[in-house]
Amino acid sequence: MLIFSVFKTLTDQKVTVELKNDLSITGVLKSVDQFLNIRLDKIEVFDEARHPHMMAVKNCFIRGSVVRYVQLPAEHVDTQLLEDATRREAAAQGKR
Amino acid sequence: MATLQGYVDHRVLLILQDGRAIVGVMAGYDQKSNVVLSNSKERVYSMDAGVEEIELGLYLVKGDQIVLIGELDEALEQSVDLSTIRAEPILPIRY
Repeated sequence: MLIFSVFKTLTDQKVTVELKNDLSITGVLKSVDQFLNIRLDKIEVFDEARHPHMMAVKNCFIRGSVVRYVQLPAEHVDTQLLEDATRREAAAQGKR
Repeated sequence: MATLQGYVDHRVLLILQDGRAIVGVMAGYDQKSNVVLSNSKERVYSMDAGVEEIELGLYLVKGDQIVLIGELDEALEQSVDLSTIRAEPILPIRY
């Protein structure tokens, strides 16, 4: 749930999503849902010459379960806040 | 919410977990992202020949098989000649 909130604060930022089929897609994050499904706008596929399959695609929906990594814009993430929040959540889970 | 709302009645490209690429008009979807495509075709990519299109017709794809759904830009789509495109097929998902 915490990471879902983090993604929500990153809407309209440029992110790169690496999928579990080794495709890397850069685009503007439009929305996220609780499964971490992602909507991207103005997409560019890394190494388009090798992957022309999505030449005519400008925006897409990516299923959360196939995402390997998301590269975030460092200047838009408060890492100190994120660190505190993740530790608080981990501590709360530990108590249960 | 990252919904599929805007894609209904649009031409879309579906990429599946086994690496297949299917294009068609999105007729509907549900909350599990199961998708129904009308007039769908599978696009088979290879390095030895241009893209081959196989008619599939009305197709229901289960949500858990879907990797990505992309909206096809009609103008861009018209400008590419699929028979000249040679590419490796998309890799299957590996967990």
